[in-house]
Amino acid sequence: MTASHDVLLIGGGGAGLRAAIAVAETNPELSVAVVSKVYPMRSHTVSAEGGAAGVIADDDTLDEHAYDTISGSDWLCDQDAVEAFVQEAPEELLRLEHWGCPWSREPDGRVAVRPFGGMKNMRTWFAADKTGFHMLHTLFQTSLKYDGVRRYDEWFVTKLLVDDGRVHGVVAVELMSGRIEAITAKTVILCTGGCGRVFPFTTNANIKTGDGMSLAYRAGAPLKDMEFVQYHPTGLPFTGILITEAARAEGGWLLNKDGYRYLQDYDLGKPDPHPVLRSMELGPRDRLSQAFEHEVEKGRTTDTPYGPIVHLDLRHLGAKVIDTKLPFVRELCLQYQNIDPVQELVPVRPVVHYMMGGVHTDIDGATPLGGLYAAGEVACVSINGANRLGSNSLPECLVFGARAGRAAAQYAAEAGEPPSAVQAQAEDERRRLERTLADRAGGGERISTIRSEMQQVMEDSAGIYRSQDSLAKGADQLAQLQERFRVADLDDRSRTFNTELTAMLELQAMLDVAETMVQSALRREESRGAHQRTDFPARDDARFLAHSLVHRNPDGSCRVEYLPVTMTRWPPGERVYGR
Amino acid sequence: MADSITLQVTRYRPEEESEPTIQEYDVPLGRQWSVLDGLNYVKDQIDGTLSFRWSCRMGICGSCGMTVNGEPKLTCGAFLTDYAPGPVRVEPLANFPVIRDLVVEIGDFIRKLPSVQPWIVREEERPVSEGEYLQTPEELDDYQQYSMCINCMLCYAACPVYGLDPEFMGPAAIALAQRYNLDSRDEGSRERLDVLIEHEGIWGCTFVGECTAVCPKGVDPAGAIQRYKLTAATETLKSFLLPRGAR
Repeated sequence: MTASHDVLLIGGGGAGLRAAIAVAETNPELSVAVVSKVYPMRSHTVSAEGGAAGVIADDDTLDEHAYDTISGSDWLCDQDAVEAFVQEAPEELLRLEHWGCPWSREPDGRVAVRPFGGMKNMRTWFAADKTGFHMLHTLFQTSLKYDGVRRYDEWFVTKLLVDDGRVHGVVAVELMSGRIEAITAKTVILCTGGCGRVFPFTTNANIKTGDGMSLAYRAGAPLKDMEFVQYHPTGLPFTGILITEAARAEGGWLLNKDGYRYLQDYDLGKPDPHPVLRSMELGPRDRLSQAFEHEVEKGRTTDTPYGPIVHLDLRHLGAKVIDTKLPFVRELCLQYQNIDPVQELVPVRPVVHYMMGGVHTDIDGATPLGGLYAAGEVACVSINGANRLGSNSLPECLVFGARAGRAAAQYAAEAGEPPSAVQAQAEDERRRLERTLADRAGGGERISTIRSEMQQVMEDSAGIYRSQDSLAKGADQLAQLQERFRVADLDDRSRTFNTELTAMLELQAMLDVAETMVQSALRREESRGAHQRTDFPARDDARFLAHSLVHRNPDGSCRVEYLPVTMTRWPPGERVYGR
Repeated sequence: MADSITLQVTRYRPEEESEPTIQEYDVPLGRQWSVLDGLNYVKDQIDGTLSFRWSCRMGICGSCGMTVNGEPKLTCGAFLTDYAPGPVRVEPLANFPVIRDLVVEIGDFIRKLPSVQPWIVREEERPVSEGEYLQTPEELDDYQQYSMCINCMLCYAACPVYGLDPEFMGPAAIALAQRYNLDSRDEGSRERLDVLIEHEGIWGCTFVGECTAVCPKGVDPAGAIQRYKLTAATETLKSFLLPRGAR
């Protein structure tokens, strides 16, 4: 049996569900399906805390949101994409309000907004500090009213079917039964999110393994700006659990071991008891995480069994503000750190949080491969450039999920049926998977051993600061890990819910993605946003005001090319915070 | 304190065995380790065949619900030191068919959920261009608690009624129906009530209250069900007295 649809979504998080609804609303005649390796409400959008940016306040403007985003990106984003994004973000957030999202409110009933890092005005919509959770459940529950949206819950996609430069569907494993099926489609939209699990210490959920990036890369679509990895400044030390930027937006301070608000030493402004927009703790994430590294060098952090830390001080906010604006922060600190932020300092350190890079798309989510679209963190449009601003990623899922859905619906309405050649490809993939289960015949290494080593290689070679030496060494080590992966072993040969098999497929994706990150980082001989080279400390617009595009060669190696940045109204300038 | 603790884990491999068995694993008793960390230690270091679901490890995705020492728990939020010196019994959630090991089949909930129409129902939709529906913080408070459900299924595992009568809609679905009923933007409570009255919606609940007790997010499904029963009883009475249009 082969199922067939007009539009196939891979991933059921914020971008995927928004795209599915967009397809259903654009053309109810189309057959649309969502394939996800987890039930949609388990998707990682659920973990987003602080908020979603969209201009709504009377004293705010679209141009200011655009400028904050562009300067935040260190001028690497595409300004036409940013203009479309800031224009459409408010209406997407309002649409979600109409669908029932429980946005926090002003006393008069209007939607409330809060400050956020790198944003000059208050424009971040929030649902307390569980914004992603509420957005995801609103989208999931709303999607249930569209009868035409078919779901494949807990199906793992292993391959894109491609013929003559066009994508015609996927091969996927149903986890419960282990059966392997081709699902053909006129268009496929990747909405699989990021790949934080490539690193050892991340806010990302276990499922964030870069599957969609690897699927696209192996199918022939290039990955863009993969060297840009966002470290969020405030993760809990043992678990990596995120403490939202909203904690600083509500007035939290970052203190070194001397109780000193150290950000004042890093050109981020002067300390004020109250939060000041685009200043100090409300600076951009790349600058704050880099400042932490300098504090470590100066010996002004505190050592713990889980690495050096600084402290987030929320005590002066009081229980009332914390309980109404940051209840999840208190819940997480109490449960996972045994600390009550009302009375105690919260230990934090920078933690891998977000991939600015991803599958290269245009402003409608279209990749260079016919019939293949991407939206959300898996994609790189790019509105995030070298550093994403907090609260831009949730509206990005909505704006570009909807755009990709509409564009794919149009493409599908005009596309023909998949050619018969893809059935042969699907059969090959089925045989490959059967062999993977049958042939891993003992004696090899565990998946988890190779995964842990890869994560450590990435932290050591491509962390907050990188260099030619660290990256070249990392590239060699990754190549060795690829070899070891080929003969790695599986304990589990069964078909029923074989999570070791999915871990193996996920590791393959992560090894692909890790290589593209290191190779892109090696070639970018400048420092920009989240990509900081100790051997090339300055930004170099003459050589690198351009997106990197990584292609996969037929022999599996990388080829990096460059694509000019699109500029409309904001020529490159200095990033100024706190002055 | 000992430096390790024993996990007694229920195994069930349908391709190899017809009955569940118990397997013991010793795992490090880390100070901050959750039961989930212990299971991941087993998976990564001892036995790659052990199957369980997990993802966010911060109590919000709802994937990792299991029975720990007899109680339904999110294993990412249950800590090994609280069970020291052990052993810790880890079983799949009760009241669901087991697919394998600690993985249960929750398709029943997934199929029931759309029947309570968990979305905003309005006679007339206002265009987005006209802005937001106003909703005061007090109006938000009316339903907010019920909007916190993460669909983790602990309440279904704890519910004695669901255990006996799989037709019962179950606590989370009813709480979600109530979440929309109480939302000032919604006009669909009448339709939802019909569903809950007609099917094995609410009448099955004998107010044991276990659902509320085990909820990791402070949702009160038992309260929702009782409130619903009262409304339903009143409405049913009215329906005998008044023609449908006048209700």
